[in-house]
Parts: sequence; structure tokens; C-alpha cells
Amino acid sequence: MLFYDLAHTRAGDKGSSVNISVVAYDHKRYDHLACYLISETVMEQFKHITDGPTTRYDLPKIKAFNFVILGALGGGVTTNMSMDLHGKSLSSLMLAIEIPDITNNQFGA
Amino acid sequence: MADKVRIGSGAGYAGDRWEPAVELAEKGEIDFLAFECLAERTIARENLARIRDPGKGYNPLLPDRIRAVRPGCMKHGVRVITNMGAANPVKAARRVCEIANELGFSGLRAAVVLGDDVRNVVVGTPELELIETGMHLEEILPKMASVNAYLGADAILAALHTGAEVIITGRVSDLSLFLAPILYHLNWSYNDYAGLACGTVAGHLLECAGQVTGRYFADPGRKDVSGLARLGFPFADVDQKGVVEIGKVKGSGGRIDERTCAEQLLYEVHDPSCYITPDCVLDVTDVHFETTGQNRVRVVGARARARTETHKVSVGYHDGYIGMGEISYAGINSVARARLAGEVVADRLKMCGFVYEDFRTELIGMESLHGKMETQLEPYEVRLRVAGRSAFRRSVVAIGLEVETLYTNGLAGGAGATQVVRDLFAVQSVLLPRQLVNPSVRVGQLT
Repeated sequence: MLFYDLAHTRAGDKGSSVNISVVAYDHKRYDHLACYLISETVMEQFKHITDGPTTRYDLPKIKAFNFVILGALGGGVTTNMSMDLHGKSLSSLMLAIEIPDITNNQFGA
Repeated sequence: MADKVRIGSGAGYAGDRWEPAVELAEKGEIDFLAFECLAERTIARENLARIRDPGKGYNPLLPDRIRAVRPGCMKHGVRVITNMGAANPVKAARRVCEIANELGFSGLRAAVVLGDDVRNVVVGTPELELIETGMHLEEILPKMASVNAYLGADAILAALHTGAEVIITGRVSDLSLFLAPILYHLNWSYNDYAGLACGTVAGHLLECAGQVTGRYFADPGRKDVSGLARLGFPFADVDQKGVVEIGKVKGSGGRIDERTCAEQLLYEVHDPSCYITPDCVLDVTDVHFETTGQNRVRVVGARARARTETHKVSVGYHDGYIGMGEISYAGINSVARARLAGEVVADRLKMCGFVYEDFRTELIGMESLHGKMETQLEPYEVRLRVAGRSAFRRSVVAIGLEVETLYTNGLAGGAGATQVVRDLFAVQSVLLPRQLVNPSVRVGQLT
């Protein structure tokens, strides 16, 4: 299933890194993502942009994760040659990650 | 002692809309209106503007914003705090007083926070390491355009104590613009971590203005936001018990709920347990939200601990030029034509002897935002983008000119060529011991 149906995302820049927050629509979806949306999964989706690494931080009280992806913005906002200087559109790349169907998950109900 | 305070957020970046700020000043029942208008590289550009014209160097929209909100602020006793002073806060404050006089509000008192410009200090510390690259400061000193320390709420508090109605700063932490009036109005100590946590988390949710009321959020059919064209900007209510609630003016567009707040809470945050500001280290790991009304959310669970012993200092420096050219192709075989056009431009530039530190050709509509994907359908139309970076202006000007020649010298059906050349500013950071940064406040005639 598509990540898009499980959570919403927002990207922010700091230097040459981007942080992408992932906020699940409910607790069931959060648990599902906690299981399958590991740093390696995210790195696979961003591998053509950066070598990373990617770090995941968990915020269960707001059903959210924060992913920090190093090197995703070239030289940072000021010397980055990309059209998307701040990496603002990268939140949408995250939403396109394929996740195993929620009914096959141990947390599914 | 006041029971509670309400702070409005009037802007989230240098070029932001100002009607929402007027709405807050006139109908928001706010005590303070803070405008955050200074991104990392903005101050480098404003420094150059000041060098060219000593009367400039502050936010170019400051006169418009102040003119628009002044009547509402006067009527309701709202004090304004802003970093729109950028590289020339004294001139900015003088301009604010002139505008107040023109509008018939003579006698306006402005205070200026100084001391963020530490250019003269870092000249004496060339050995400092740049956080981003590990280079030493001395390597970029010759190209330096601006050197500004992120001042904290303590510097702004001193300005509030002068009684000034408008407070103008240069580089301060975005969050401190909001924290300072909260501490001041509630008479909270700068050393009380519970208070610092409340004020800092409120500031973090407010600093990007409409980003907590539905902008940078909306996705039609999935995350709908009504009234985006007349989006309301947020305010925060903080009371003596430390209860923080985010809201907006009734009838304004946009939405505030636990989802908009969650996205903004993590915006530009790396480790959520360690968000460093000049005032404290904020921990938002256990923050959660409670809906307390329509478009009203309570923020619970922020913690703060002692600030670090250093000030983050942004060093802006001139880093050459970037040149860009674009041209579009449509219909059958348009992707192949655009690709070949890109190769022609690259060959031409090489033949002319231009060399670039960084050079790329890409197709807008295919790969310009997320890079080349493994599977990608061909769109009906595409736009070739050619971009290059160089220390020589002439080299980057050539890019747009070569793209334009594709009209008559290139592939069939090229349309809508455009070209852009920009000065490039890079920003890196150093950490400067606190004792080397000495903020001060200036009030009075400011002449």
C-alpha cells in the first residue's frame, strides 16, 4: 500500500540536510509505520539523491517520526544547484514509498 | 502581574503577506505582534545592500508592513517586535518613527537591539572551525559579506524593559522574538526552565506564521484547507500556569488542529530531544496536542534545559555566480528533443572554453525536483533547465544566452526561453564563546 494513505509529511532544511516529518493519521497506522518505515527503507527511496545516512526519531505521543537525511541538499540552500533549493518537495518523494499492506501486519486489526 | 499574554505572528519570512498581520492587530486582541523575516542568507544580501547605500540594509517591506499595522497597534496598544532590521536596525527604527509621524502617531518610541554583528570579533578568531565543512574560518574571511550571532530573548527583554512600542533587531533566534514578550509580560525569570520551555515551544509553532494554520500543508482531497487566499496567521495564548494554546482570528481562512501543529512542531528540527536555541535546549519528545475548541490547540509536554556556552554565528560569503537558462518542448518526441537540446548547449559552452564548478542539464516535468527515477512516464511537455556555477560572471551569463540561441539554432519547436543570473551567497556557521558576544539596546532619537 502507499505511504500516502498512512501519513502526511513536511520537509524542512538545515544546511545540506533535510528533515522530513511523518505524521500518521491514527495509532494503527503509526504502529504499522514503526514496523516498516525504517531508516533503510527511506534511504532506498532517496539513494539517487544522497548517500545519507538517514536517522529516524520516534515521537509516539503525536504519532510521528522525524527523519533526518544528510546530504540531500547538495551544498545547502545557498550553493545547491537544484531547482528545489530547500528540498521542500522531498516530502512528496517520501509519500510515494511502498509499504506492505496493513492487514498483513501483526499490529493490523 | 498579568494572568496571560497573547502573541501574534505577523510574518514567517522576508516577503510574507501582511494582511493577516493587520487582521491580528485589529481583531486579534493581541498584546504583542512579532514579525520573523530573516532567513540565513537574507542578512548577507542586506549587508551588501547597505554597503551600496548606507540608508538601506533592512527588510525592503518594513515600511509597508509598519504602515499597514500601525493604526491597529496604536488603537489596541499592541507592541511590535521584529528582526526586519536585518543588517541596519538603526536605520530601520528611524524609518519606523518617520512612518508613525507621517500617519499622525508622533512620539512613537522605538528600541534597537544591537550586538549581533560580530565581524570585528571573528577577524581575531580565524582558527574557528566551520561546522558544515570543517574548514577554518580564515579560508572564507576574504569573501565574507556578513557575520551575525544569533542573539537570544535576554537581549530582546532588555529592549522591552525600555517601554518602547516597537523593537527592531538584526539577527536574533526566530523563537526568541516570541519567547521574550512571553517572559516579559508574565514576569517570568529567564532562568526558569519551565517558562523557557512554554515560551520556546510557542515560538517554534508561531515563527513560520501560516505554516501552523494550513499553508505548506494543504493537499486537496486529502488534507483540505479552506480559505487559503485569506489565510489567518496564528497567535499563542500563554497563562501563568504555563498553559500554551495556539489559535487564530475567528472568520479568517485556514485551519489549526493537531495535524497542522504536529507538522510544524518538527519543522527544521533534527534531534527532537535536543533543539538548541540561544535561550535553552528544547526537548519536544513528549509534546502532545489537545483540541480545546474550533481552530484551537493546547500544547503540552515541552521541556527545556540550560543553554549552551556558545552562540551560533552565521557567516555569509560571496561564492560566485549561478546562471540558468530554460526552454520548453511539447508534443510527440518532446523529451528526446529537449535532451538533445541540453547536449547541444553543453557542447557549445565547452567549445567556447567556459568551465563550471558545477553544471547540470535536466528536464522540468521529468527529474528536476526528485532526480531521475527508475520508472518515469513521459509527460506531454517538458522544459529543459541548464544551470551552472562559476566564480566568473561572464561564464554563467553565457548559459542563458546559449539556451536562447536554441530558438533559431536548435531543435524543432523550442518555446519560451528564459534566462537568470544570480549572485551566490553561501552560509556556514561557527560557534563563538558567549563572552565574545555583547548585545546592547539603543533607544531615543536614533539619529
